[in-house]
Amino acid sequence: MSDIQAQSPAFVRETMLPPQPPPSSAAGVVLWLRTNLFSGPLNIALTVLGLAIIWMIFRTLWPWLSHSVWNAGSMAECRQIISEAYGPDAHGGCFAIIKHRWNQFVFGFYPQDLYWRPVLAFGLLFLALAPVLFADSAKARRIVLGLAVGLTLIFSAMLGGGAGALVGMAVLMLGWVALIETRPGWALLASLLYPFLAVWLLWGGSLWGPVMALAGFGVGFAVWQAGARYGLFAVALGAVAAALWWMFAAAPVAHTLAGLVPLRLTPVSSDQFGGFVLSITIGVAGIALSLPMGIILALARRSDLPVIKMMAVMFIEFIRGVPLITLLFVASLLLNYFLPPGTNFDIILRVIIMVTLFSSAYMAEVIRGGLAALPKGQYEAADALGLDYWKAQRLIILPQALKVSIPGIVSTFIGMFKDTTLVVFVGLFDPLKAMSDTVRASFEWKGAYWEPYIFVGSIFFILCFGMSRYSMYLERRLKRDHR
Amino acid sequence: MVAYPGADNPPFRMSMLIYDRRYRSLTLQAVVFILVMLMASWLINNTLHNLSAMGKTLSFDFLFRRAGYDIPQQLIPYTSDDTHLRATMVGLLNTLLVSILGCIAATVLGVTVGVLRLSSNWLIARLMTIYVEIFRNIPLLLWILVILAIFTEVLPPPNAYRGDNPAAHMMLFDTIAPTNRYTAIPSIGMTNPPGVIALGREGISWAVVAFAVVIVAAWFGRRMLNARAQRIQDATGLRPTTWWINLAMFVLPVLALSWYYGLHLNRPVLKGFNFAGGITLDNSFVVLWLALTLYTGAFIAEIVRAGILAVSKGQSEAASALGLRPQRTMSLVILPQALRVIVPPLISQYLNLTKNSSLAIAVGYMDLRGTLGGTTLNQTGREMECMVLMMGIYLLLSLIISGGMNVFNSSVKLKER
Repeated sequence: MSDIQAQSPAFVRETMLPPQPPPSSAAGVVLWLRTNLFSGPLNIALTVLGLAIIWMIFRTLWPWLSHSVWNAGSMAECRQIISEAYGPDAHGGCFAIIKHRWNQFVFGFYPQDLYWRPVLAFGLLFLALAPVLFADSAKARRIVLGLAVGLTLIFSAMLGGGAGALVGMAVLMLGWVALIETRPGWALLASLLYPFLAVWLLWGGSLWGPVMALAGFGVGFAVWQAGARYGLFAVALGAVAAALWWMFAAAPVAHTLAGLVPLRLTPVSSDQFGGFVLSITIGVAGIALSLPMGIILALARRSDLPVIKMMAVMFIEFIRGVPLITLLFVASLLLNYFLPPGTNFDIILRVIIMVTLFSSAYMAEVIRGGLAALPKGQYEAADALGLDYWKAQRLIILPQALKVSIPGIVSTFIGMFKDTTLVVFVGLFDPLKAMSDTVRASFEWKGAYWEPYIFVGSIFFILCFGMSRYSMYLERRLKRDHR
Repeated sequence: MVAYPGADNPPFRMSMLIYDRRYRSLTLQAVVFILVMLMASWLINNTLHNLSAMGKTLSFDFLFRRAGYDIPQQLIPYTSDDTHLRATMVGLLNTLLVSILGCIAATVLGVTVGVLRLSSNWLIARLMTIYVEIFRNIPLLLWILVILAIFTEVLPPPNAYRGDNPAAHMMLFDTIAPTNRYTAIPSIGMTNPPGVIALGREGISWAVVAFAVVIVAAWFGRRMLNARAQRIQDATGLRPTTWWINLAMFVLPVLALSWYYGLHLNRPVLKGFNFAGGITLDNSFVVLWLALTLYTGAFIAEIVRAGILAVSKGQSEAASALGLRPQRTMSLVILPQALRVIVPPLISQYLNLTKNSSLAIAVGYMDLRGTLGGTTLNQTGREMECMVLMMGIYLLLSLIISGGMNVFNSSVKLKER
């Protein structure tokens, strides 16, 4: 006992010391700088290089940007304002050109009093897409819907839509939103009607044209349903009936109905389209058409039927082997040779067809990758359940394959949207080159190079970057099922 | 199809073409084939009818007539008295030139940026992300037009380089002079040229042949040397040092040849109002090349980054546990696995770049589309023939590139047993 007491220490701390803060070199800003910017000789060199690059860019761009002028009537006036304010040698951006001519970049030569129609069509696009794109997340959907309705009404009012048109738009949009929120199933049907509505809004003319085009699908569907027990035969019959309807019945019926009930908007011809209205029209139509076509091509390419597979391979490889420009030239130069004499159809429609063919080949390859990535067990499981080919594809294979290929699909969309600028080479007015050249050709804005490019480039960037972010959101949302 | 024992095979009836799955696929294929052929024959019929209505016939004779237009940049001798066929060849070579140089530069840029984007340096990684996102999300046409505007509006005229106190200075030790009309770069000259192999109007210098032979020989020498090193390593466990022999095999003969032929750089020098000596590159070419490089480089950077990220961290840890040094870890463990992921999308980027080179139309560079699909088409009025020929050539080019790259791909592909 005494032994132990003799060896026991004189003092034992019974309470913990208060923790010291870490040394300043191992915490906070200093630590962050040390690990992220100055962790070694190479890193220090890179940081210096990066700072030098930033400084170079800043030194080149900042004076120009900071001297920019937003209120002027012409390029000469801009230069005068800049030299008065910052000395005779100063350079500066003349963004007044955007303020004056933004409507040409956005709407092309669309009649000024009808600007509300493309705006409404663009706003309704979000209403049509919301039930599909934001099916799960009610919050995201409501934000998108609210923004779409609000912004559409505000822009239409600002662009001089009449009071009657505004009230009509408000009723239409709010009714549609109510449908989406209460009856999602019906809202999907309404989304299917959107393309016809958009065509009518953009090109105007009689409402009965698009309605009769739509009726063709109804006729085909009715014939198919009537003969449903004959299987594939009925599908073929339905297709033939629809084709006959479009070829022979649609135009006269539409004409008669237009005589009885004239529902008309002022027609706008295709050569008045331009700027972003044109780009977005071609882009959205191409996207909507190339996805189903790409799926069919991908399935055909993986099919067991040799003839069909060979045709799909030939089509895909041919389209992927030639530049889009050559296809556009075919549309503008050669299409008249391929069609019966006297046929002449709209240049925008021709371009949409070519862009669709082009991107559907790329889409097919992306989806084929997704199909190949599925384990073989999934196909075998579908067979074991006794599902036929189409049911297996629809219920088991495609949902998984499409999910895998979302990033590729969206980047194909982005590529296609960017490629819509190439229509300038067949004489359409894209926002990038044709519109910039047109604006620059006017006396007041001669010599404005950078401002239009910055404006148009930023809009392209926002739209494409938005699409790529949406694809990341979609990937995350769909991944959750796998936990 | 499985034949069930005991079940009698019913004789073939016509209705089986629709109701029996064995025969239905045949029916379906026959129907589709017939429909497609009908459609094709309708189109061809229309075309022939339309052509004859216009009094045209399908004929490629125009290719052998006098072209009558000039091409600013040409890799093979060409004058306006040559045929359309030769103009087409010049255009094709111009397409190939900008595509190949673009692919090389875009790969170098893309690999650098892709690696730097993964750098632990926060600033550099952010800068590279900004570069990649900006270039990927804005159309190539805009980059071409912007770079064209920089070249024509911002760069100095050639005479700005003149005088004792010039307004502009040449870059890279007085070798490159960008001006608003052309870019002057040095050319390679020989004081002791060995003569030329004449091939019609073109000629290949013997020096080129000599350099090619030396490099190919060095390549084979390197393979033999490495195989020997591997044998010694297998036998003794020690790998002899080879890198300096390898280096010497490549460098020494090249240096010797250069010395023998008296190889030197001809710098562009301002004479009067323009640069002489050296090569003057048309700015349309430089603009297109730069734009294609910057645009495709951003895509390649993403591919490289994804490829490196696809190699799991355990691989490099396992390599260092085995005692491999970082450099060998990179060359033996990481790169072979990353290449497997990188190469297939890289092929399609090369194809895209080649096809995008047809945007030369925006800068007036005379590529295949500019000659065959542009001036020749407009002069002869042979839309059908020119377009068919041009699409055929582009298709062939794509097939060759993807074929060649597929061979490379199969060499880096995972060898599964």
